[in-house]
Amino acid sequence: MAMDGNKITETVSWRNITEGCKIEAAGNSRLFNTGDWRVDTPVFIAEKCRQCLLCVSVCPDSSIPVDNYQRGDFDFMHCKGCGICAKVCPFGAIEMKMGER
Amino acid sequence: MSIKDRLSGNEAVAIAMRQINPDVMSAFPITPSTEIPQTFSSFVANGQVDTAFIPVESEHSAMSAAIGSQAAGARSLTATSSCGLALMWEVLYVAASNRLPIALALVNRTLSGPININCDHSDSMGARDSGWIQIYSENNQEAYDNFVQAYRIAEHAAVRLPIMICQDGFITSAAVENIELLADRDVQGFVGEYHPESYLLNSKQPLAIGPYAVSAYCMEAKRAQLEALKNAKQVTLDVAKEFAALSGREYGLFEEYKLADADYAMVIIGSAAGTAKDAVDQLRAAGQKVGLLKIRLFRPFPGEEIAAALQKSKVIACMDRTESFNGRCGPLGAEVKSALFDAQLMPPVINYVYGLGGRDVTVEDFITVFAQLAEIEQTNDGGKKYRYLSLRE
Ligand code: SF4
Ligand code: SF4
Repeated sequence: MAMDGNKITETVSWRNITEGCKIEAAGNSRLFNTGDWRVDTPVFIAEKCRQCLLCVSVCPDSSIPVDNYQRGDFDFMHCKGCGICAKVCPFGAIEMKMGER
Repeated sequence: MSIKDRLSGNEAVAIAMRQINPDVMSAFPITPSTEIPQTFSSFVANGQVDTAFIPVESEHSAMSAAIGSQAAGARSLTATSSCGLALMWEVLYVAASNRLPIALALVNRTLSGPININCDHSDSMGARDSGWIQIYSENNQEAYDNFVQAYRIAEHAAVRLPIMICQDGFITSAAVENIELLADRDVQGFVGEYHPESYLLNSKQPLAIGPYAVSAYCMEAKRAQLEALKNAKQVTLDVAKEFAALSGREYGLFEEYKLADADYAMVIIGSAAGTAKDAVDQLRAAGQKVGLLKIRLFRPFPGEEIAAALQKSKVIACMDRTESFNGRCGPLGAEVKSALFDAQLMPPVINYVYGLGGRDVTVEDFITVFAQLAEIEQTNDGGKKYRYLSLRE
């Protein structure tokens, strides 16, 4: 039952899910929402950020996207709310808020 | 063309494996199934098969290696018994949910404790809900025939699930019986080459097998797996039909023995069915309407068909060769009773536990069972619904 990875979604019916959840495509883990069990949420305060990118390198889930040496807002589809980024930020540019967002 | 021989059940299964010539066998020895990988590894050493034999360090590894090689695209198998199956437990479910048609030759032996190495069905019955197809054999011929049919069922596109071919430890695995083998080329023609649709070693198609399924996927995946298992029922019948054309030996979902007009019916699994048939013959000769239903396919459980076959029976005995410690019934008893209930049939069903840890069961024991069924009908008193057969009181 060959299918490309995009066809495995959270709305797929049991009749159409791939056999044994096989994924016949590569590089698609970013399509899966694994951030849905986050209990705390990091909040990015852009004005305080000096773009040192320390937070980017410590995030265990690669959830802080970088474009042209500038970090952007969090990737909440994959962020687990662990708070490591907030702890490491020297400039108080990340605050942890309770809840999922 | 058939070849007459005399073989133990283990040898018969090892010969079926040689004729199938699988790609990979991973195995770890355990009584009473040791002889299967032992005999097969001599075929490997003699160059009679092309199989890669992996002498792993445990049964967990045996099943894990079979999962890995099957996922890679290789037709894989293993053999085990008892605690060996128990050690595979975790990964049995993985083989099934990943839809890998691995074949496992199971030689039924009790699970400890008390420590015991002899036959009962506690090993495979414990694994009955792991998602594997389960087929049981009465004698060496059936163990061989069932193994020859195994991959055709497991690899069918509508199924793609692992399959367990069970036979009774020592009773059939070690006892030597007359047997009719098929010619090597007939088995090879029947089983065919393995051409998986998707496999990890296909460099043209990237593939992930066994990805983490978050809550949003897990239920749909299980439901799809159930459908495949249900499909195995019709496929088992279709494969049996083809096998009968080749061998002259007929198989179904179960065997009915003098059941059609039987007032008292016994439902049983495995080698003891042969002994019970002798009891049926003796009682029939004395004019009693008794019959037997021998389970072949236990997973998926053909409940509707079994209820239909038992609809005329006035009193039924379900024979369980395992204790499931729920205080009410064994696994076979539970399945048969629920099938009868769904068919709105309400005959008294007495569930017997027998033969645990290799306890011998005789024709006389089964005659006692049928006598108890007759007494229940005559006195209209069901008495205890859950009984031990031939237990010292
Ligand atoms: S909270 Fe944890 S997972 Fe989320 S962005 Fe920060 S470091 Fe990454
Ligand atoms: S650690 Fe703080 S300051 Fe540095 S990039 Fe991240 S948010 Fe900005």
